[in-house]
Amino acid sequence: MTSSNTPLLSVRDLSICFDTRHGPLRAVDGITFDLAPGEILGMVGESGAGKSLTGTAITGLLERPGRIDRGEIRFEGQRIDTLSAEEMRRLRGRRIGAIFQDPLTSLNPLMTVGQQLIQTIRTHLRLDPGAARKRAIDFLAEVGIPAPEARIDQYPHQFSGGMRQRVVIALALCAEPSLVIADEPTTALDVSIQAQILDLLKRMCRDHGAAVILVTHDMGVIAETADRVAVMYSGRVVEIGPVEKVVRDPRHPYTLGLMQSIPRVGSGVQRLTQIDGAMPRLTDLPPGCAFHPRCPRAFAECRATRPAPLPVEGGHVACHLYQGEPA
Amino acid sequence: MIAFILRRLIQSVLVMLAVALIAFSMFSFIGDPVNSMLPENASTEERQALREQLGLDQPVTVQFTRFVTGAVQGEFGISYRNKRPVSEMIAERLPATLELVLAAAVFALLLGVPMGIYAALHPRGILSNLLNVISLIGISVPTFVTGILLILVFSVWLNWLPSFGRGETVQIGWWSTGFLTVSGLKSLVLPAVMLGLFQVTLIMRLVRAEMMEVLRSDFVRFARARGLTNRAVNFGHALGNTLMPVITIVGLQLGSMIAFAIITETVFQWPGMGLLFIQAVSFADIPVMSAYLVLVALVFVAINMIVDLLYFAIDPRLSVQA
Repeated sequence: MTSSNTPLLSVRDLSICFDTRHGPLRAVDGITFDLAPGEILGMVGESGAGKSLTGTAITGLLERPGRIDRGEIRFEGQRIDTLSAEEMRRLRGRRIGAIFQDPLTSLNPLMTVGQQLIQTIRTHLRLDPGAARKRAIDFLAEVGIPAPEARIDQYPHQFSGGMRQRVVIALALCAEPSLVIADEPTTALDVSIQAQILDLLKRMCRDHGAAVILVTHDMGVIAETADRVAVMYSGRVVEIGPVEKVVRDPRHPYTLGLMQSIPRVGSGVQRLTQIDGAMPRLTDLPPGCAFHPRCPRAFAECRATRPAPLPVEGGHVACHLYQGEPA
Repeated sequence: MIAFILRRLIQSVLVMLAVALIAFSMFSFIGDPVNSMLPENASTEERQALREQLGLDQPVTVQFTRFVTGAVQGEFGISYRNKRPVSEMIAERLPATLELVLAAAVFALLLGVPMGIYAALHPRGILSNLLNVISLIGISVPTFVTGILLILVFSVWLNWLPSFGRGETVQIGWWSTGFLTVSGLKSLVLPAVMLGLFQVTLIMRLVRAEMMEVLRSDFVRFARARGLTNRAVNFGHALGNTLMPVITIVGLQLGSMIAFAIITETVFQWPGMGLLFIQAVSFADIPVMSAYLVLVALVFVAINMIVDLLYFAIDPRLSVQA
């Protein structure tokens, strides 16, 4: 990141742990990253890598027994991880929006789309019901719902999955937040609609000046959409950098493995390379680098000490392989 | 929707016919009523006359048709014991039972629903845990025990409330109500609490479980992520979605409360249908018993019908054929 102005979001050494009967389990361990205004940061990793949890922590919706036990989150220069529940609520929707994975279950089935939009708008903006309804219709039109004046009074079940995700995007953006956390926004959708929804999300956020944290396990989605990408493994960011850099020239062996597991048309490769083994459980994390048991290039140091993030061109990588290299 | 109502109506009629058949068959299986109605030294002519008067000399199919046509018009014959029309006796007793059940249901809902919501919103709170333990006791202690304890405490020791009867009643048309007099209301308290107590705990546990489930759902999390107030999320979004299963159970419980009022009415000597039924059983008064059976079945069927219609009012997914 070479941006000179203050970042929109700044996460420093964030750790999230779960208090269990057998002691605390650290699910996110000391992650650090910045997000510039209007930027799209992809967060990629396997299930359980801690990417969704990071998003949840930023919105202040961590539920017990999960809690932030170290580090800080700054939003527009203000520390938000210590805000009261009520202050955080005012921030949510207004300054930080969220989009969830499954559009079929994200909407209240007993309320019309319009009621949900108007309620959200009027919670954050001082508008009378008429103006709020007007704004809701405008947003529905903007996300590409045909005949929004009629559709606004319909219930979620009268919309298709793709249409519902459009409504969800309208709901997330209707109070003009400057950051949107999109947690697997296209995973539950038909492949043919995924690209449409991603385009829409990108366009809406650009038009409204919102930065995006795009949480996904789909490297293809990241490559198409994001400006930068953070690769997470076992609750740590192993590599972060500009998307074209990470995709074309991955540094960390885990990122390399991820890239090699994406099928490419015409590459002539008969079988896809896969990363052997599985991500370790939180209860028995190996010492040193959490990836070393699966890493083809691991050496003694990897088993002993945990690699610190090293600055590389445009980003960071946490791997002992680059220890000696000049930044 | 009209097709749905029609279908349900036809089903209800079939259910009622089946119940009528069972109610009718009691007449032929439980002894000869003529023996119990006439003195032992009655002549054969007298017996035959009574038999004809009761229609017992007709073929079974004719008797059943006559029973059903009578039942549809609210006629269930003459009580063997009181020699009075059964419909008249039930009409006298019906208001007492319905008022008791209504009071108990209102008591159960007013207490159970807020307690359930509270317990769901504060799952780790001390009060919630306390409510849970108390509700477990409430759900496992038999109602007649609670009834007798209530009498002991509030009637015998404290002498605050009457232990039996309905108090003074006021006649409004054929309906006798105890709601309008002080002694009527005072008499209502203990039986209503006894009948409603089990329902309170049941409703509380049901609302709590359903609401906790709904609070975990995606649309509630998304509503929170949009920064809606806790009140809007909990009561606007979560509670509405909690009510569907609650209404089903409350509807069914309303029916069983009318049926189980028998125990409460016995404990408190409440002059309702349940007490009438118990007396009828001990005298093998079959017309009264069969009428009671048909009536309770009718109430169940009607409540189920109303519950189904309520779904349409609550859930837009059912009413619009998209």
